[in-house]
Amino acid sequence: MIDISLNGEPRQLDAETTVARLLAELGYAGKRVAVERNGEIVPKSHHGEAPVGQGDRIEIVVAVGGG
Amino acid sequence: MNNDSLIIAGKAYASRLLVGTGKYPDFAATKTAIDASGAAIVTVAIRRTNIGQEPGQPSLLDFLPPAEYTLLPNTAGCYSAKDAVRTLQLARELLDGHDLVKLEVLGDPNTLFPHMPETLKAAETLVKDGFKVMVYCSDDPIQAKLLEDIGCVAVMPLASLIGSGMGILNPWNLKLIIEQATVPVLVDAGVGTASDAAVAMELGCDGVLMNTAIALARDPAMMAGAMKKAVEAGREAYLAGRMPKKLYAASPSSPTTGLIS
Repeated sequence: MIDISLNGEPRQLDAETTVARLLAELGYAGKRVAVERNGEIVPKSHHGEAPVGQGDRIEIVVAVGGG
Repeated sequence: MNNDSLIIAGKAYASRLLVGTGKYPDFAATKTAIDASGAAIVTVAIRRTNIGQEPGQPSLLDFLPPAEYTLLPNTAGCYSAKDAVRTLQLARELLDGHDLVKLEVLGDPNTLFPHMPETLKAAETLVKDGFKVMVYCSDDPIQAKLLEDIGCVAVMPLASLIGSGMGILNPWNLKLIIEQATVPVLVDAGVGTASDAAVAMELGCDGVLMNTAIALARDPAMMAGAMKKAVEAGREAYLAGRMPKKLYAASPSSPTTGLIS
């Protein structure tokens, strides 16, 4: 088990994974989202290989209504 | 008015009315109002996803596809240059490299007054990073000039406070900003009803950005249509050039000769 922070909340994952697999697990595969890992943007083209490991801070954002 | 498009950073837009997408009950209502406004540029906010929420639920961009609207990601809710820059970098990633953005850094949660030192700092970073920055600012000609000098592609002074609907409180400051600016000046914030939008355009603003005035109207779609007409009417009145004001003219509109006596 590894511990990460996901959108500011603590979360446990079974094992190390990739950004793409984490997105799929959360139901965001193919959705328009942007991902940041430890304060750095992970470009879409890197989701496949970008690792998610112990202690990582992951942020996933979308566009919402705003003025 | 095809020959009178709003031009921002070299690109022409069909409407001088820009609208926000906040405060609507649902996405369908958002889209109905936006389409009634005729706006080509539509602001969106960037927020964390709701982890655990039904992932199959529609998202705002399902209703407002980036292919049909120019989305203008904003930094609403940011109180520091650092947060604003980070938000827009995420927005650029989210929107496949889209670089036209709305910068707004707030200084006070009650009034939502802009924090100008942080706004200037963020503008500088963003411009250097290749963003085309439309910037929300106080109605202060010096601040507006500084932002223009940094390289912002449009300056957007408030007419009155965000969400207040108080209208154009300081037309003279707006005039000063418009007179000196070499980039488009858009009123952003404070418009309450159609006449406010018309007044902004008659002053010579290049456009108006609004959200609450439409979203919180009893009939948002009807108000959106009213705003569209007001912006067009105000623009045409500005281009047409108004008659001078006189206390009295002693010059009636009908002939003074040939009266039956």
